[in-house]
Amino acid sequence: MSNILLFTEHLTMQFGGVVAVDDLNIKIPTGEITALIGPNGAGKTTAFNVITGGYQPTNGRVTFDGEVIAENCPRAKMKRIYNGSYKEPYTHTVVNKPDMITRLGMARTFQNIRLFKDLSVFENVLIAKHCHIKAGLLGATFRLNRAEEKEMAADAHDLLERVGLWESRNEKASSLPYGKQRRLEIARALATGPRLLLLDEPAAGMNPKETEELSQFIVEIKDSFALTIFLIEHHMNLVMDISDSIYVLDYGKTIAWGTPFEVQNNEAVIRAYLGVDEQ
Amino acid sequence: MNIKKRNTIYSLVAIALFLAFLYWLDANRLKQGMMISVLQKGAILALVAVAMNLLNGFTGLFSLGQAGFMSIGAYTTAILIIPVKSLDGVYYMNGVHPAIMSLRVMMAESPPFLQSLYPFIALLLGGIIAAVAALLVGLAVLRLKSDYLAIATLGLSEIVRAIFSSPQFDQITNGSYGLNKIPNFPSMLWGLIPSLVTPFIITGVCVAFIVLLINSSYGRAFKAIREDEIAAEAMGISLYKHKEMSFVISSFFSAIAGGMLAMYMRSIEAKTFSIMLTYDILLIVVIGGIGSITGSVVSAFLVTAAKEWWLRFFDRPLTLFGMEVPLFRTGFRMVIFSILLMIVVLIYRRGLFGTNEFSWDAVRRRLGRRGKEARS
Repeated sequence: MSNILLFTEHLTMQFGGVVAVDDLNIKIPTGEITALIGPNGAGKTTAFNVITGGYQPTNGRVTFDGEVIAENCPRAKMKRIYNGSYKEPYTHTVVNKPDMITRLGMARTFQNIRLFKDLSVFENVLIAKHCHIKAGLLGATFRLNRAEEKEMAADAHDLLERVGLWESRNEKASSLPYGKQRRLEIARALATGPRLLLLDEPAAGMNPKETEELSQFIVEIKDSFALTIFLIEHHMNLVMDISDSIYVLDYGKTIAWGTPFEVQNNEAVIRAYLGVDEQ
Repeated sequence: MNIKKRNTIYSLVAIALFLAFLYWLDANRLKQGMMISVLQKGAILALVAVAMNLLNGFTGLFSLGQAGFMSIGAYTTAILIIPVKSLDGVYYMNGVHPAIMSLRVMMAESPPFLQSLYPFIALLLGGIIAAVAALLVGLAVLRLKSDYLAIATLGLSEIVRAIFSSPQFDQITNGSYGLNKIPNFPSMLWGLIPSLVTPFIITGVCVAFIVLLINSSYGRAFKAIREDEIAAEAMGISLYKHKEMSFVISSFFSAIAGGMLAMYMRSIEAKTFSIMLTYDILLIVVIGGIGSITGSVVSAFLVTAAKEWWLRFFDRPLTLFGMEVPLFRTGFRMVIFSILLMIVVLIYRRGLFGTNEFSWDAVRRRLGRRGKEARS
């Protein structure tokens, strides 16, 4: 199990009568690119939100790097645990807020870009560095942490150069062209120093050329930052090109998983999602 | 680098000139009463406005509890600095609480060196009490968002006011009679800084602290929360912790300004800290620009001067060509003031400064442009 960075067990997210994610079991091996695909409304983003702490799961467990980061056991199931009729008990509840999970080393981007719009590109990246600050409030106010502050700025500089945004560092984030905003969002996530990067539809709204560039970029940062990547995407070319394994969701249920080749030839997937046009 | 140095020199010269002006005022304080009182009130309101801006403009928390925290500061300061021999006169109806009396007697018997520090300790203590109150209240209130937070903090401020004027606290706050005989601002550094200048120094130091905070990493985190809470949280910024920080710091400085207001007004009552005070401060923040520190400071002085001084003309009966102009009577200046406000808000949609700060470069650019226009 040591080469599995993140895995979920029976992860379920229910909103009233709607089961958005139903019994999701995924394993994300260290250093690989894992993709989560499925038709619109299949529960992909909800799964993301549960993993990153946005929602408290209604059932199941998420383990990141050997540590349980989210766990929940509904009351009904509790009873069955005591009866002995339920085999896999999650006997306690673990709640982690998104910011704690980020500090553990898991960063994400958003489907609809969520940059700090009125701040500069440089500040956007610098803010992401704040989560690991050691100086306290007074220390930082009286600039007793000059060295730390300098290091943060240097890291942000380095990062912006590596993603090719250093030239536009003083521009407002909202004034960047769309492709660069996507790139900045990834850079900002990288600035938190993650081991696992979760990308929510990074190629949404991009043309084929931009998508091609993006897939190169993802592979590039994966290698240079020693990352594990988990992504949601609709562009099949990108997914099939770069992912090592793929999970397919439909109506919250996992209908298939495997290598891109296996998934492409899976009948359930073709029926549910890829349709006749795509392949 | 050179330009930066020059700008620093400009700023230092401006501050020195202002200080020299204050010393001149101190020398002529009998003739310049109005100017002094407007400037002092402006300085006090500037500090609250900046504190409120830290919360509303930089952290994006719409809070209307400023008056409540100011009253905590004002009452603490007043109770601790009213001269011992006046205490019985102030609390003539209900008598002083024995604990306060014995504390005050103890303070009066301490060495003179300490006694000169007590006003500042009182201000600080007021701030700390308000900060602790904010910390506790924040636990519950900061879960709320936008308008709901505003309503909760508004209610909180009214609760504080009601507590201060309640008969149960007669022996501490003197109930609805309020506190008077509060001494004026203390002088600093063995009289080197006269009492007239003290509020400006305190405001200057406090505003400088807030500016340093906003430009630090924590300040950036506050701005991130203002821009997008969900994204900020995903970037590892603990919303709760940072909102609480901002709320506590803002309350601390509001209370210090409240304490200074008590010294300025010389007598306070719970009614002074009604919701209207918060609205006045909100007005200053909005006129100056939500998210601009220098905007808040400048607008604090402008609004105070306009309201208390420049528009006095409209309050006096005016006779033109042997005819009395009908509208000119007491209170008319507030009508003019409101009209002026509307005009300012219509012209400057985002306040005088928007989210920008004052900078010498901007001044030079504007002057340069004007110069070019004149030449062409």
